[in-house]
Amino acid sequence: MAAISMRLPVPRKAVGLSAPRGGEKHLVAPGDTITTDTGYMRGHGTYVEEEKLIASVAGAVERVNKLVCVRALKTRYNGEVGDIVVGRITEVQQKRWKVETNSRLDSVLLLSSMNLPGGELRRRSAEDELAMRDYLQEGDLISAEVQSVFSDGAVSLHTRSLKYGKLGQGVLVQVSPSLVKRQKTHFHDLPCGASVILGNNGFIWIYPTPEQKDEEAGGFTTNLEPVPLSDREVISRLRNCIVALVTQNLMLFDTSILYCYEASLPHQIKDILKPEVMEEIVLETRQRLLDLEG
Amino acid sequence: MASVVLSEAEKLYIVHGVQEDLRVDGRGCEDYRCAEVETDVVSNTSGSARVKLGHTDILVGVKAEMGTPKLEKPDEGYLEFFVDCSANATPEFEGRGGEELGTEIANTLYRVFSSESCVDLKSLCINPREHCWVLYVDVLLLECGGNLFDAISIAVKAALFNTRIPKVRVLEDEEGSKEIELSDDPYDCIRLNVDDVPCIVTLSKIGYRHVVDATLQEEACSLASLLISVTSKGALTSMKKVGKGSLDPESIFEMMEMGKRVGKSLHIALQKILDEEESLGTSRQKVGFLG
Repeated sequence: MAAISMRLPVPRKAVGLSAPRGGEKHLVAPGDTITTDTGYMRGHGTYVEEEKLIASVAGAVERVNKLVCVRALKTRYNGEVGDIVVGRITEVQQKRWKVETNSRLDSVLLLSSMNLPGGELRRRSAEDELAMRDYLQEGDLISAEVQSVFSDGAVSLHTRSLKYGKLGQGVLVQVSPSLVKRQKTHFHDLPCGASVILGNNGFIWIYPTPEQKDEEAGGFTTNLEPVPLSDREVISRLRNCIVALVTQNLMLFDTSILYCYEASLPHQIKDILKPEVMEEIVLETRQRLLDLEG
Repeated sequence: MASVVLSEAEKLYIVHGVQEDLRVDGRGCEDYRCAEVETDVVSNTSGSARVKLGHTDILVGVKAEMGTPKLEKPDEGYLEFFVDCSANATPEFEGRGGEELGTEIANTLYRVFSSESCVDLKSLCINPREHCWVLYVDVLLLECGGNLFDAISIAVKAALFNTRIPKVRVLEDEEGSKEIELSDDPYDCIRLNVDDVPCIVTLSKIGYRHVVDATLQEEACSLASLLISVTSKGALTSMKKVGKGSLDPESIFEMMEMGKRVGKSLHIALQKILDEEESLGTSRQKVGFLG
């Protein structure tokens, strides 16, 4: 039976500041004066005009001693060494791949930074260069770690561990990078039955938990068997929960996703994307997170 | 058309999901995404509508102008369609990139509305062979999120429902020259009967099954689609196959049946929301683009 629901648009209401955590944030819009005190140094996101420090992006003001900068709320991903990212291969070049990671420039994955199948450690030869497309093609998804950042801001990635590599079957959700909370680990095996990789660049990868944990392949052999229906339901529900959290601007980390999942269980998977259900679920999640804190 | 690149494993996941009637966002094969419809958003048109279907955003404006009837149909008015794919929707539409898609959509709309029973064109006639109302329907693509044709046809129907054409009287002078008089009251207008206006239902073939309302990712996995236009009574006015893949005649028949079913529900849902909006009258809070 077809389910078609149409509705009239509802004006957006301001998100109520339920409990300002960690003090009030000084939020600015482009053009707002941050301070007229000339003793401060201007950082990213600010400029000086007529002895006033003015914001050039919309975000929160951060002050470190004499340095004032504005951290934008919605921006492209700015790479930092050690971040986990999920990226999509856009080009295959000589000795390297170009990876799209939602940043200003395409990231780079050098052939020498890639694990060879079987975990071999050897010098990359000309045959490896010619066989690059056998490992990663245009359109493939990979999980990698940021090795270094070039001077122009481009990020260099590496997959030198067995937990990184090509990703198999699953669902990708693209969110703003500022909504992904920095944590110790970004690979989570959620108890509801699926696993999730929270890329720092805003690419969230949801996939069925692999059965055997002793994968020696390092992510090169993709499992092409059909995923069972029960796993699919969990993955779809998680995907809708993440979309709901993002629409309501809640930070994404394993606990918030899990609470949102549990709050969504009474509803059908496709109903989670309805605006009223989204608000209800996220409100419950927010409440539980506040209870958790104190 | 805007397209996303997907890995082989992602495409496989989507295809297997469709086989089991559970798409990536939890919908079944016959479910539409949540749609938002609002009419009367553009003030200097005779009628307008905005439809948001997931990430697809369409704005339609209808302007009624006076013109001369076509030679072969002297006692009828007519509709002219123009589709503009704005570069806002996707970078592929920059410059003249969106022209091809725009002409394709406009031609499809002409075909869909080519049936005589869709809109009562005789009511648009003022003076046979001399004056008639021409409805210029302009479609603007604001965002491309998959399933363009369905969203456009819903928006066109809503805009035509919202269209108000001023009442005119033809006065004859003694010399025989005719003068057209517009009524002074701005609210004195005629409305179009949109009961038989068809809506397009796109059925995309993914694997061995077909889905309605495909997202961009699902469109990347489907090789062939069938566009059918259905009226609220379940009658088909046109059919078009797109895509480089092939369709089996058996599956075409199944897709037609599914399309008719889904089309009827679509019309019921759309009419309900249009009536609801109408009943709110002037107390309706207009959301528009800044809401």
